Amino acid sequence: MARNDLQGSLDLLILKTLSQMGELHGYGIVLHIQRASDEQLSVEEGSLYPALHRMEQSGWIRSEWKLTDTNRKAKYYRMTAAGQKELRKAENSFEQLVKGVRAVLRYA
Amino acid sequence: MSTLRRITNLFHRSKLDQEIEAELHAHIEMRTADNIAAGMSPEDARRDALLRFGNRTVLKERVTAADAHMFFDSLWQDLCYGLRMLRKSPGFTAVAVLTLALGIGANTALFSVVNGVLLNPLPYPHPDKVVTVASWFPEGGEGSVSYPDLVDWIRDSHTFSSLAGYKSFQSFTWARQSNAERVSAVQASYNFFSTLGVAPTLGRDFTPAEDQLGAAPSVILSAPFWKSKFASSPDVIGKAMNLNGTDYTIVGVLPSNFYFCCRNINFSPGDVYVPLSATKNPLFSDRKIHPGIYGVARIKEGVTLAQARADMAAIAHNLAVTYPDADKDRGVAVTPVKQEMVQGIEPFLLVLLAAVGFVLLIACVNVANLLLARSTGRAREFTIRAALGASQGRVVRQLLTEGILLAICGGALGLLVAAWGTSAGLSILPSTLPRAGDVRMDPRVLLFTLIISIVAGILFGLAPALKTSHPDLHETLKEGGRGASGARYRTQGIFVVVEMALAVVLLVGAGLTIRTLVELWSVNPGFDPHNVLSFEVGFPSALAGANVSPEQLRADLLQVTDKIAAVPGVQAVSLMNGAVPMSEEDDLTFWIDGTPKPATENSMPDALWYSVGPDYLKVMKIPLLRGRFIGPQDSGTSPGVCVIDETFARKYFGNHDPVGKRLDFNLIYKQLEIVGVVAHAKQFGLDENASAPLQAQMYTSTLQLPDQLMQAFFSSSGFIVRTAGSPDAFAGAVRSAVHDFNSKTVFFEPDTMDHVIAQSLAARRFTMMLFGVFATLALVLSSIGIYGVISYIAGQRTHEIGIRIALGARRADVLKIVLGQGVRLAVIGVAIGLIAAAGLTRLMTSILYGVSTTDPLTFAAVAILLTLVALLACYIPARRAMCVDPMVALRYE
Repeated sequence: MARNDLQGSLDLLILKTLSQMGELHGYGIVLHIQRASDEQLSVEEGSLYPALHRMEQSGWIRSEWKLTDTNRKAKYYRMTAAGQKELRKAENSFEQLVKGVRAVLRYA
Repeated sequence: MSTLRRITNLFHRSKLDQEIEAELHAHIEMRTADNIAAGMSPEDARRDALLRFGNRTVLKERVTAADAHMFFDSLWQDLCYGLRMLRKSPGFTAVAVLTLALGIGANTALFSVVNGVLLNPLPYPHPDKVVTVASWFPEGGEGSVSYPDLVDWIRDSHTFSSLAGYKSFQSFTWARQSNAERVSAVQASYNFFSTLGVAPTLGRDFTPAEDQLGAAPSVILSAPFWKSKFASSPDVIGKAMNLNGTDYTIVGVLPSNFYFCCRNINFSPGDVYVPLSATKNPLFSDRKIHPGIYGVARIKEGVTLAQARADMAAIAHNLAVTYPDADKDRGVAVTPVKQEMVQGIEPFLLVLLAAVGFVLLIACVNVANLLLARSTGRAREFTIRAALGASQGRVVRQLLTEGILLAICGGALGLLVAAWGTSAGLSILPSTLPRAGDVRMDPRVLLFTLIISIVAGILFGLAPALKTSHPDLHETLKEGGRGASGARYRTQGIFVVVEMALAVVLLVGAGLTIRTLVELWSVNPGFDPHNVLSFEVGFPSALAGANVSPEQLRADLLQVTDKIAAVPGVQAVSLMNGAVPMSEEDDLTFWIDGTPKPATENSMPDALWYSVGPDYLKVMKIPLLRGRFIGPQDSGTSPGVCVIDETFARKYFGNHDPVGKRLDFNLIYKQLEIVGVVAHAKQFGLDENASAPLQAQMYTSTLQLPDQLMQAFFSSSGFIVRTAGSPDAFAGAVRSAVHDFNSKTVFFEPDTMDHVIAQSLAARRFTMMLFGVFATLALVLSSIGIYGVISYIAGQRTHEIGIRIALGARRADVLKIVLGQGVRLAVIGVAIGLIAAAGLTRLMTSILYGVSTTDPLTFAAVAILLTLVALLACYIPARRAMCVDPMVALRYE
């Protein structure tokens, strides 16, 4: 249960985004999550970058400086094989969390 | 997260900061642009973008915190915390750091010696290619080569890029305008220096032409001589030096760091160096004479030592076939020069290194004990930290950090101890240690100190760390901080036992070296070395070259002898040439008249040869056993006589009376009549035993040397004098008597026989002194250790003791309990130590004399001494425990 905290869900969202979109910069990740969740989820910029940095240090994602479509320099992130594994784990534990929470809610 | 990456990030922190800054900047720019596109004003768009981030500095911190928190910052925390802990208990810190400083300092000092003497390469290019080349005698090991053999070696060898000969221990009388003085000289082949890879710093090396018989005499000066006699003047090159009446042209000056020294194959640096072959020397013409020439060579690139040895063995074989008379059964010894230099000293240094390692171990055990005692007090702290979620690894790491911190402080202080100890040690015995000049604190020594400090820190930090890393939360917290569990006592008990055992080994080692020395000092050398002065006199007749008649030389010798004998306080005086007891060797082959002459030189019997004057026995107080000694009547014109020692008589004449028998000679003499037998005087040091290769001794009169040899031998002569009191007090008077004979004579190399004997024991004395120091350290440290543990345990048991006394235990019982606990530990330690010592002292066999490696006296004395010291160390805390007031002890709870 300890791993199913909020930070865990942020990691999951980032990893999932990268697995779907391939390569993205931080701002792109924020936009994608916002769009994909139908504006339901909004990632706080203040939490995003520490998370990205920590995930990079853990070897789940890799980064590279590139030019954006509008010719701006930005740091692009891409998932590694370790990140794939981590994603599967995070998805599983999230499923469990949802199941658990749902079960509690349905308990009457 | 990889530790390495975290560390590199830490070092690149500013770069990381910039990256984050750039990334956030890009993000904000993009958000601003989108906001504008969505219809916001530029100011609002930017403000919105910034607001979403909150405080950017905090954010940046949060990003980097992902690294810093994880490793280095926590190390830094550990360090700060450790330093605070150490500062908070200055007494503990001081004792621990001092203990470690002594242990590490002693190790560093000894390692700097080992490093300088055994490990550092010699100051030559490719020193591993330099070898010494000497004759090999099946009965006597390495020895001098004859000049004709050397020439053949140089001509026939294929595995050396160069091979040079040298003859050391020469001296010249140097005639200056006002006076004459003695200079020591080495005769060397022209390629001697180039073989070593040394080039003169001023002028040039010898040329091959200068090393030919009859070449114009040339000389190269040593740097110290050039400095002291020529004030380092660069224009000495080309000047002339009048040596023994001949003008030598100065062609070069050697570098000041020139160093060459060999133990077995005598080399002693000279003031000056002259070519080996330039002057005619009658001793150089005979293949049977070994006039103190040795070889040094550089092995060709790509050739192994074994190949060089095989090459020289083949040459030796050919020579033996061609000249069986001189060279049969003789080999060639090819030895790496470094091995030659450190021979003899190596076993001493290695034994000492082991001993000093033990001292460090004891110091570590002591500090571990202190830490353990303290960690018991801190058990609650660690338990609480564990309860709050600190991982075991975290707590262990913190304890280790504290340990290493202590050790590094100790190591730093230890460097000072070592610097002081090394210079003090070397100044006591500068001349016994080969390469003493190479002993210094170089980076390797510093690295060694750092490494042993860290290893020590881990060693003693680990014990309490492991002990505290499995805290039983429940138990410790429940015990209310007393934390006294039996298991902890057991660990400390083991420490005490280990410490005692180590101390026993060191004390036994020290005891054995001391007994060896006592044993040696009590050995009768066969002569009385007290109040005996030896010196050399250089004669002015040598200044005239070879033109002095043998009669004149004999007359000079007699006259000088008379002048010295007339000095008040001089009781007896004698010439002393050839072999000198305890310092110089010289021998002569012979066969007994009436027996067939042996076919080869090598198959002839051999005896030590002392060439002396009539009063030699009086000076040395050697007893005459039969017949008479050499007398004043044995002159250059009377029949040749000799005197032999009891060993000679026993070996070659058995029960027959040798007096009146004759000896035949191949060299120097033709025939001498034995006129007397004297007692044996030890030649090869006090530890000379029956296995020494050469025991038989023969005395002849210097004045009876054949005419043609008088000149070759006497540019100078040795003398020996018995004085009424301390010989040093008479050296001045004797010197003036010598000058009184002729102002151009030179009095040099004065020495006392006591000093010569002391020198022969120097390596052993050095070992004994160091061993003594180490053993004393061990004794002090281990008694502090046992004292600390027993007082600690007694302190922890105050409560229990209070109850016992309250329940009616007598004070004596309490004393017995506490004392018994300490003594039991000490006795176990001593017993283990004795067993270990019995095994380890075997390694010292080569440096002991007259005492077995398991000498019961030493072992018993050490056991008793250490037990008594332990008893004393335990008595103080035991007394304190005895005086516990039960009321106070119980109320304390």
